[in-house]
Amino acid sequence: MARIELNEIAHSYHRKPKRPAEYALKRIHNVWKDGGAYALLGPSGCGKTTLLNIISGLLTPTRGRVLYNGKDVTALPPEKRNIAQVFQFPVLYDTMSVFNNLAFPLRNRGLSEVKIKERVLEVAEILDLTPFLNKRAAGLAADGKQKISLGRGLVRSDVAAILFDEPLTVIDPQMKWELRRKLKVIHEQLKLTFIYVTHDQTEALTFADQVAVMFEGEIVQIGSPQDLFENPEHRFVGYFIGSPGMNFLDCTVEGNTARIDGASIVLDEETAAKGRKAQGKLELGIRPMYLEVHAEFVDGMARAKVKGVEDLGSYKIVTLTLAGKTLKATLPDDKPIPEDEAWLFFPPQWTRLFADGWMIK
Amino acid sequence: MEKWPNNKAWLLVLPVFVIVAFSAIIPLLTVINYSVQDILAPGQSVFVGTEWFKEMLHDYRLHDALWRQFLFSGLVLVIEMPLGILIALAMPKRGWGVAASLVTIALPLLIPWNVIGTIWIIFTRPDIGLFGYYIHKITGIVFDHTARPLDAWITVMLMEVWHWTPLVALLSYAGLRAIPEAYYQAAKIDGASDWSTFWYIQLPKMRGVLTIAVLLRFMDSFLIYAEPFVLTGGGPGNSTTFLSIYLVKIALLQFDLGPGGAFSLIYFVIVLLLSFVFYQALLRVGKGEKG
Repeated sequence: MARIELNEIAHSYHRKPKRPAEYALKRIHNVWKDGGAYALLGPSGCGKTTLLNIISGLLTPTRGRVLYNGKDVTALPPEKRNIAQVFQFPVLYDTMSVFNNLAFPLRNRGLSEVKIKERVLEVAEILDLTPFLNKRAAGLAADGKQKISLGRGLVRSDVAAILFDEPLTVIDPQMKWELRRKLKVIHEQLKLTFIYVTHDQTEALTFADQVAVMFEGEIVQIGSPQDLFENPEHRFVGYFIGSPGMNFLDCTVEGNTARIDGASIVLDEETAAKGRKAQGKLELGIRPMYLEVHAEFVDGMARAKVKGVEDLGSYKIVTLTLAGKTLKATLPDDKPIPEDEAWLFFPPQWTRLFADGWMIK
Repeated sequence: MEKWPNNKAWLLVLPVFVIVAFSAIIPLLTVINYSVQDILAPGQSVFVGTEWFKEMLHDYRLHDALWRQFLFSGLVLVIEMPLGILIALAMPKRGWGVAASLVTIALPLLIPWNVIGTIWIIFTRPDIGLFGYYIHKITGIVFDHTARPLDAWITVMLMEVWHWTPLVALLSYAGLRAIPEAYYQAAKIDGASDWSTFWYIQLPKMRGVLTIAVLLRFMDSFLIYAEPFVLTGGGPGNSTTFLSIYLVKIALLQFDLGPGGAFSLIYFVIVLLLSFVFYQALLRVGKGEKG
């Protein structure tokens, strides 16, 4: 078990990187606490897997240091770091039985057969693999195979952390849900550090206590799922988390209101004060679920046009235009939706301002 | 859509029937025809039934050739398979070295078989051949594949290994390259040694291509003719007379069409039987992969 520290990490797959665009990871500087359940969330190609491979030691970063419990392990290969990694596709030693698969990492480290047996039986019990121990690993279904991959990490009682690289990609939807729950149970039981890479926000938000959102080689925000939802620090987080993503409108701030091409929206005083001081391109952001749509005008509302409604059964997504910009709002199923003309209310406590993509705090 | 019988469709299959008939069935029937007759002179023949078959099956020279053939094919597999795998493991995995080594290794496969025999005749000559000359110089032995059976076997084996190990190497290399990177990464993380990585990942993952390599090399070496014929002509004595060489001796040199026909059919049946066994083995491997 370990606290993992990433110190000014940058990585490029080019031998002599010059331009910033040649870096897969631009600057990663953060700490993964011992025993935490972390998710690393981001679109394909944002550098998640690269970062994971740097943590496990499969890659050596171009710059920066990796520390386990304060000890510099940057130059150490994976087998010396005592880390486990579960890959996107199940990796098995398919000529071996399930038992031997689980025992393999321990045998390579020269443990006694008695100890190995004890440990393997223990882990098999946790993963519900006991009935299959004598079967050939190749004969198991995809979820069983992924459990074995995970088991090879768990058998090492002193493992520093377990890294998951989109481990549920090949699992059926029903089993996916069960396996995710299983992971959570295992995490609570063993208190190991889990770092879980995914591009699926549901997976990340249900699995992790802390979610790190990655975008173009940088971690733009680390926070609890609630934090990411309510206070996205970067417009990318707002857009990437939530379905549909956050609404963004170009604006200017005058007094206590944000002006959007003639429409004015009242902000809370603190936000407005910071907005007035902020440099760069200003944007107003609001989550579709907080945006209120009314049929009657009340003071402080902005006029919009209803463009379309999608009924998703339990709620509706309304597409509107405000001063030529498209907005989305989610409304409960039973709420009537005005036709054509509608009045929008932006609750000040949920209305955020962004300068050059970053939220003004 | 409902299906209805349309016998005109058979017309479309007819060309295939004609081609197969001319390429396989008619020649085979001709051989069967010869194998049951004693041809005394052109246009003068006697039906002898299974006599030639009995004679050939009791022919000790055929027995010798058959055992020689098995020994040869066995040695071929024992040497070429591990050697091919070793070469594949040693080949570069990326960069310009890949293309360079692939081309270099594939070269022997591109040389006409008769030429290969000739190359090795010259190569092993003690006076002007590189191999023969240095063997003589270093060990004092006059290497002569035309006089000593052991020398003849060494030459034939060396030639065969040089000629065909590249095929095994290329197949193994293809098999190795097809293993996803994650397997190697997992092995590293599990702390596996190079040997266990080979034994538990690379070898099992190569199972498919290696089976194909074994099949190809066994059948090809079992049917070998051109290279040893050019090199030794089956000699000295009968020491390198393999089945094909013996068959050609009977059928074409002595022009014994009856025994030759019977021999051909026996040879054919043996090959067919071995093919069947190997085919079954291949199927089983395929199933194992899926399971």
